[in-house]
Amino acid sequence: MLGAGILKGLAETARNFLGSYVDKDRLTTVQFPEERAPRIEASRNFPFLVYDGTAKQEGLRCVSCLICEKECPPKCIFIEKSTDKKPDATGKLQFYPATFNIDISVCMSCQICVEVCPFNAIKMDVDFELSTTDRFSDLLWNKERLAKSNEYYREIHPIEAAAVDAELAEARARVAGAKAVTTSPPAQPSSGSSVEK
Amino acid sequence: MTTNTPLPPTAHLSPKPSINSGGTQLLEVSMGPQHPSTHGVFRMDVVLDGERVIKLKPIFGYLHRNHEKIAEDETYLGSMPYTDRLDYFCSITNNWAYALAVETLAGIQVPERAEYLRVITGELTRLQNHACLIGFLTQDMGASGTPLMYAFREREKILDLFEALTGARMMCNYMRFGGCRVDLPAGWLQQAKEVVEAFPRFLDEYESLLASNEILMSRTQGVGVLSKELAVNAGITGPMLRASGVNYDLRKVDKYGIYDRFTFRVPLGDHGDVYDRYMIRLLEMRESVKILQQAMRDIPDGPIMDAKTKIRGFRPKAGEAYGRIEAPKGELGFYLISDGSPNPYRYRVRPPSLINLTVLEDMCLGQNVADVVIILGSVDIVMGEVDR
Amino acid sequence: MTPETIDQIFVISKHWLLGYMPTALQPIGSAILSVVPVLVVFPLLFAITTVLERKGLGRIQNRYGPNRVGPYGFWQPIADGIKSLTKEDVVPRTADQVVHFLAPLLLVLAAFLGYAVLPIGKNMVITNLNAGVLFFFAVGSMVELAVFMAGWSSRSKYSLLGAMRAVAQMISYEVPLVLAAIVIIMASGSLSTVAIVNMQATYTGIWPHWFLFTPWGFAGFILFMIAATAESNRAPFDLPEGESEIIAGYYIEYSGFKFALFFLGEYLGMFATSGLAITLFLGGWAAPFSFLTWIPSYIWFFLKLLTLIAVFIWVRGTFPRLRMDQLMGLAWKFMLPMTLLNIFTAGIWHFIPEGILRWLVCSLLIVAPWILLSRGLKQRKKLQVRTYRFAE
Repeated sequence: MLGAGILKGLAETARNFLGSYVDKDRLTTVQFPEERAPRIEASRNFPFLVYDGTAKQEGLRCVSCLICEKECPPKCIFIEKSTDKKPDATGKLQFYPATFNIDISVCMSCQICVEVCPFNAIKMDVDFELSTTDRFSDLLWNKERLAKSNEYYREIHPIEAAAVDAELAEARARVAGAKAVTTSPPAQPSSGSSVEK
Repeated sequence: MTTNTPLPPTAHLSPKPSINSGGTQLLEVSMGPQHPSTHGVFRMDVVLDGERVIKLKPIFGYLHRNHEKIAEDETYLGSMPYTDRLDYFCSITNNWAYALAVETLAGIQVPERAEYLRVITGELTRLQNHACLIGFLTQDMGASGTPLMYAFREREKILDLFEALTGARMMCNYMRFGGCRVDLPAGWLQQAKEVVEAFPRFLDEYESLLASNEILMSRTQGVGVLSKELAVNAGITGPMLRASGVNYDLRKVDKYGIYDRFTFRVPLGDHGDVYDRYMIRLLEMRESVKILQQAMRDIPDGPIMDAKTKIRGFRPKAGEAYGRIEAPKGELGFYLISDGSPNPYRYRVRPPSLINLTVLEDMCLGQNVADVVIILGSVDIVMGEVDR
Repeated sequence: MTPETIDQIFVISKHWLLGYMPTALQPIGSAILSVVPVLVVFPLLFAITTVLERKGLGRIQNRYGPNRVGPYGFWQPIADGIKSLTKEDVVPRTADQVVHFLAPLLLVLAAFLGYAVLPIGKNMVITNLNAGVLFFFAVGSMVELAVFMAGWSSRSKYSLLGAMRAVAQMISYEVPLVLAAIVIIMASGSLSTVAIVNMQATYTGIWPHWFLFTPWGFAGFILFMIAATAESNRAPFDLPEGESEIIAGYYIEYSGFKFALFFLGEYLGMFATSGLAITLFLGGWAAPFSFLTWIPSYIWFFLKLLTLIAVFIWVRGTFPRLRMDQLMGLAWKFMLPMTLLNIFTAGIWHFIPEGILRWLVCSLLIVAPWILLSRGLKQRKKLQVRTYRFAE
């Protein structure tokens, strides 16, 4: 009968109209500033540099090996190597980044830097409220701004961070065991993938 | 219709003095690139006689971002996140097609579990793409967003799954050469099963909302007919080709990955009009749900990456390869030439939506200006892929 | 106070105020006192409707709708008003400045004129014209002029297309609109809106004598509402603005408060035609049951108006839009014959004596063409749900 489809459509929208008052499943909107979506372990936004302990700069795990700079697809990472060395997260003497800049307006959050980093030094942040009124200096983040503590990392990616911590502890034990051997291989390369298995 | 001589300051005000047989002036309208329903920055120069289309010239390139040239300067892995941005609705199938091309080039085997993961994520991508497309299509018909919002409600659930798995909702960057980047987190499969089980209910709702609606049928039936012959000759692929009645689905033809293990049917249309394209997508979603149910039942344990493939310093031997998959929009292919260096020597994308768009004028001639919009909507374009 | 006093409170207070005026000024004072409430109440209703519509559409679409400004988002229209007032008013350089400026004003003016003959409550009508219905349709067609002025003066191809569509659509649908109303004039024998309502405000037992409760009245109401939807450019007949095809149609080149005036004008037009539908078919300000007459008449009028607005919103949230040629086809090939048939049916109703027979005959006269039309479309394989074949 002509018009049956029209009435069926009207019934469907009426059902949805009433259903939106009784069925929470229908309203997927999260009322943002007041409520937030539950944090998802895997979610990623922009990279940050992990530091151990309390010293924000001295504790950086980055040894400025330049791999992430080379592998970054949009080339948004800029690193300058230091001239001197300091002990890294496992206790070995390594270079450290004198400059570590990420242009977050160029970064496309692909996580490749995290995957290729052999030192677990760079990880993905979940903070997304990054709007700024200064598009020139506020979008180029230096290492002071990029550095975030391991505790923060544990908080945002608990499962992944636990695996990384275990890995680092093992590497530290190995370095301590083979004291004075300066040419021991660096910690096993690991990607974001290996820790989630 | 364009001239290179500078126009007088008021020339744009009056239509070109071309006259039709009835003695009235033709109206040349530029639809786009900021038109609300050209699905991005697409532009059509339309010559109208009243509201009837006499001539239609598609103009692309407003979103050109040098994708192919960038990829030739990039490592093989470095191009992977860029492929996300081609068809930003279906980043996972884009990843898949590219990974498939590189795997063909370098002769990499993919572990079984990874193949299953690819099928699951790929079919979920198809579900959300088709759901949104028919939402956009009805939006183009002026349905004030209701079907689109229902589609987005379901898409939200699928995107949540994607975020839990890959970390991002749209730019998933999930595949790697020789497998997938991450394995399923705990509980993901159960959650995905629930979403897939609930999906047919959404399809029923959608069908009762619009599929038998007289307004929708009168708007779409017999509009924008694409003949079988033209579709084959123009190289149309995907749901659009199948709506014209050609039985050609790469999942059946190539049986790439592990698609030969699943039983599913390919819906075919007989008229090739907008209504067929709309219905074929609805029916394809039901088949995708079947594939998903089989894949989630059968998924084995095991590694997700080929152990021999390196992530860094990947250099395939010299040669060339073409990898193609049945993306939600049609045949998505990547053609790669390697000269043994870390970068591809040549990198070429065969975007389904660009090639499906080539018959736009043939479908639109003689139709109304309102039909142009829904014909364009039924082609299913994403400008990121068309312009690259 | 008796219910009667509450019902007439506005009329009584108007006369009380007029009593303090010098006799010479009383006619003009009476006019002002009648007009000002309409000028206040209906724009206010417009403000409430915008937020209700957005919330209703939101719920239909499983969204929350506006809920940020004030409690439950009910101050949203105020925020919208401030926004549109403070926005830059952009006028195209080549536009016809005077006509471009006048068009929204004329639209609002034309929309307001129709309220002159709408009985909002018992004894509450601005003027009781003998030819009230005729006056309503006459001023209603001024809207077309305003719309075309807007589309033409903007000097934009899209606005011209929209204006052409609007004029074609509104003129076409005025024919079935008037023809659908004619059955009421035939039945009541009067063109005065007040007389038409008074006729319906009587009861048999508890049941009112609304014209809706006759076969021709029911069909007339449906036809009238379809035509009214088209007349007020509401979905699914919102082709003149058709934002997915010609973006915003005739008001594409308007911004700021002029744009808001267009919205005001459209909604006022919608309220006015709904008000006329209530007056003609739904008993105007009369209560639906005789035991509910103690509720003031103006409350019944606005309740009925809000119900019709809700239906408009519901329909808008459900349907896609028609195409221009289909819209015209609907007007001339379906609406016009149906309204003529409806007039014929009303005539037959008048001549058959009361009883079950006249119900049967008249219902059959209206339902039969509908069934025949469905059959015919089915035979020509038009508008049919298709079946699809599958390849394994």
